Amino acid sequence: MSAKERILAKLGRSLAGTTPLADDYDEALVTAPWAYPPEQRIPRLRELLEAVHGETQLTTAADWPARVVEALAKRGIDELLIAPDTPHGQQFAGHVAEKATAIRLKAYDRPVEEWKDELFFNTPASLTGTLGGIAATGSLIMCPTTSEPRLMSLVPPLHIALLKASEVYDNLYTVLQAQAWAQGLPTNALLVSGPSKTADIQQTLAYGAHGPKELIVLILEDA
Amino acid sequence: MSQHTPGGSVNATRVAPPPPAPRSYPAQKPTDVYLFGTCVLDLFYPDAGMDAIHLLEREGIHVHFPQGQTCCGQPAYTSGYTAEARAVARAQLDLFARDWPVVIPSGSCAGMFRHHYPDLFAGEPDTLKQVEALAGRTYELAEFLLEVCKVRFEDSGEPVKVALHTSCSARREMGTHLHGRALLAQLAQLEQVERVDHDHESECCGFGGTFSVRMPDIAGAMVRDKTAALKDSGAAEVVSADCGCLLNINGAFEKQYDRLRGEHLASFLLRRSGGRNTGGQS
Amino acid sequence: MNAPAPTQASTQPPSGATAATHAPAIPMTFKQRAHDAVHDKQLRKNFRGAMDFLMAKRAAQFPDGDEFERLRTFGNHVRARALSKLPELLERLETNLTRNGVKVHWAETVDEANAIVHDIVHAHEAKQVIKGKSMVSEEMEMNHYLEGHGVDCLESDMGEFIVQLGKEKPSHIIMPAIHLNAGQVASLFHDKLEVDYTEDVDRLIQIGRETLRRKFFEADIGVSGVNFAIAETGSLLLVENEGNGRMSTTVPPVHIAVTGIEKVVENLRDVVPLLSLLTRSATGQPITTYVNVISGPRKAEELDGPQEVHLVLLDNGRSQAFADSELRQTLNCIRCGACMNHCPVYTRIGGHAYGTVYPGPIGKIITPHMLGLEETKDLPSASSLCGACGEVCPVRIPIPAILRRLREENVRAPDEAPKYMRGQGSKYSRTEGMAWKGWRLLNTSPRLYRVFKLAATRLSALTPPKLGPWTEHHSAPKAAPRSLHELARDHLGED
Repeated sequence: MSAKERILAKLGRSLAGTTPLADDYDEALVTAPWAYPPEQRIPRLRELLEAVHGETQLTTAADWPARVVEALAKRGIDELLIAPDTPHGQQFAGHVAEKATAIRLKAYDRPVEEWKDELFFNTPASLTGTLGGIAATGSLIMCPTTSEPRLMSLVPPLHIALLKASEVYDNLYTVLQAQAWAQGLPTNALLVSGPSKTADIQQTLAYGAHGPKELIVLILEDA
Repeated sequence: MSQHTPGGSVNATRVAPPPPAPRSYPAQKPTDVYLFGTCVLDLFYPDAGMDAIHLLEREGIHVHFPQGQTCCGQPAYTSGYTAEARAVARAQLDLFARDWPVVIPSGSCAGMFRHHYPDLFAGEPDTLKQVEALAGRTYELAEFLLEVCKVRFEDSGEPVKVALHTSCSARREMGTHLHGRALLAQLAQLEQVERVDHDHESECCGFGGTFSVRMPDIAGAMVRDKTAALKDSGAAEVVSADCGCLLNINGAFEKQYDRLRGEHLASFLLRRSGGRNTGGQS
Repeated sequence: MNAPAPTQASTQPPSGATAATHAPAIPMTFKQRAHDAVHDKQLRKNFRGAMDFLMAKRAAQFPDGDEFERLRTFGNHVRARALSKLPELLERLETNLTRNGVKVHWAETVDEANAIVHDIVHAHEAKQVIKGKSMVSEEMEMNHYLEGHGVDCLESDMGEFIVQLGKEKPSHIIMPAIHLNAGQVASLFHDKLEVDYTEDVDRLIQIGRETLRRKFFEADIGVSGVNFAIAETGSLLLVENEGNGRMSTTVPPVHIAVTGIEKVVENLRDVVPLLSLLTRSATGQPITTYVNVISGPRKAEELDGPQEVHLVLLDNGRSQAFADSELRQTLNCIRCGACMNHCPVYTRIGGHAYGTVYPGPIGKIITPHMLGLEETKDLPSASSLCGACGEVCPVRIPIPAILRRLREENVRAPDEAPKYMRGQGSKYSRTEGMAWKGWRLLNTSPRLYRVFKLAATRLSALTPPKLGPWTEHHSAPKAAPRSLHELARDHLGED
């Protein structure tokens, strides 16, 4: 017998004569305490993100590229990792070209193995989209894709994320329902709720543990 | 009562019952009650037991003390000697045959009657019925005075600061800390009795029955922290509704040559509300 | 290097560090370790401070006691439902993970689990393994095992990194280095990483970040634990704050997740209440910085992520707990650590004194299944049964009731049937058994009880001043001159 067979046989014997418990899932318990009037969703999300050192800015679908430029300038950063195959990647590239801004754009357009060193040690900032936000916990929903791979939101010390105001949900349960997660998940799905942090040394909170040191969320109010 | 088994099979996966609803209390004060004195109180704090009797009598209640009573069985139960605990528990059952409330001036023993007897006799359907009825009419003293007798105390003593320590099982199984606080608050209405909090009030004093002798280093650290917190609270008096804790805390105070002593809540209440007192702590 | 004068704390080696590393061949008993711990002032201070902090953080997340009670009952039902169909869910999990391209392995023992990991490591000729936080890998002593096979195994969670640097073990399942203060970490970094001494926590974390970033970059294999394995979608869900979990599961070409067989839940939506209970109970956060749901390796067209993902499902005694419906509740655990944060015993002795991978109340009830009661016989007794653990448990494990049950298994005769546990009767003693039989006789015979009390009260003056361990911290109790039975009879008459 294999280990699998032995384990399953043992567990099965222990359940002899029993029937599985019925699913008494109580939707109200995971939704009712976490429901908000639409006008409160964004303020709550901002409050929670800012409480964990996330920066949030209200902007618009037309204005956000300028905000990105400002944020980079403020930090003395002159290059940005973008996903050129995404609408927001294209919009930002267009903005940079049009304004002749001195920002070098870097594309994540080849397997990580081919430029790992540069990604890890020479890429100060990245720009990604999101699939929405969660008011209850101040979270961003991200499902990395071929155009916008997993490490974009993890390795660069500054991560700028775009969030459409219309895609802020009340709570995780409503997200799972609205986006039909159970029907099929990408290889990686993420909730991101602030820059990386740790309190492993004497419970003292420090930001920028292994992931981004800073997270800027640009909320597009008209999108 | 702690857990139930759906489907009846012993193999069935257990699920937690719904969170317990608040206990409902009889609308009227009974004419008669039983007192279960507990073994620790019997031997070490008999005056507290008498003070409990006086408090109940002052409410016009006839108190019955079955002389055959011994111990609730808790020491063996918590030590894993379940059969011995069951035998001793069984010896108590018939002594409280009338449907009068059973009042217990000790939270952990009351918790044993109310919450653990049904587990102990889960395998004996007939006894279980008797035990569940008994559990249903068992009250910790402070709870009984407050919720059933609806006492109104008026304080008659000198101003005093008092700290309340509540046994962990009484706190968690019976909500006794709230009853004790409410009773002290009645006395506080005259601003004579001020209940002061102590550091880590909800934390165990380290008694735990045989725990204190099996693990003396850990239990000793716990009782030293507890006595230090009580001393630092600024309280002139310490009260508790559980004699196990009192035995532990007072033993430590004495060992530390400290003058502070814990007093049973019943004794304090009786003394402060002008009732008869049979004398101070030994 | 121009290090500032070390603080008082840092002149001492981190508590237990050197002792643990160079421990004598004869292992200390639990009681000896507990004795040392309660007398270690720095350790006591570190734990008291840390536990107070964590208790306050958690309390702030559950302002509504009613909501908490209902949610944790829900959490209990979700976990119990999963356990009630565990074999079926494990098979469904394997089927769906396999469909997603994840390779599933089964191990009954830690040796089997290590061998599986080693096979994978060997197949890839891997030399460097980077680990996210995983308590199951601690159960396996994977670092030690792999190092024995010439493979470097580096911890990347800051707390785990610190304890590994100090050649220690985690003292808490969520915050591994909770027994150390900043000064102690500063000394450790100064000694081992040859950096300037600093107690600035931001700086210390940056040192850790820089050291480990290079390691993530170089590692051949990433190892992680799992918080919830979702049968419905074939997914592994991990929570963390640092990003090291995402790094370990994304950067190296191979990801190996190791987990206990009980970690499976039926449906994705089941995670919603459990996640909320987990992060709020553990560190008092509404959610962790990252919730990382992994449902397969990198697809052909994807540009990053591991090319291979493996899951090792480990039994290691869990099926023994599973066999009894009372003990099975132990497996509801979602490893939040709230029970230890609220435990007055853990607060006094810290995690190392337990001598087990899982300390605190959950450690006392799960470890006997992993190591047998022989090795863990003192653990069930090391509790006042105060109930603080059961009160905060987010999945309503009746920890005090299970501790009591383990005491029962501990004192049953070793050969008494039925046998529920390896090591049954490890504290069985004829003498103690006889003493309890005597106690039973005394308390079931009112007449005998009366004689005993008469003797105790009348001879109270003869109480010896020393009564075993009790009088180490207490004066000897003296019986009152007359018992309540006597006083009540005088007052009330015979009843």
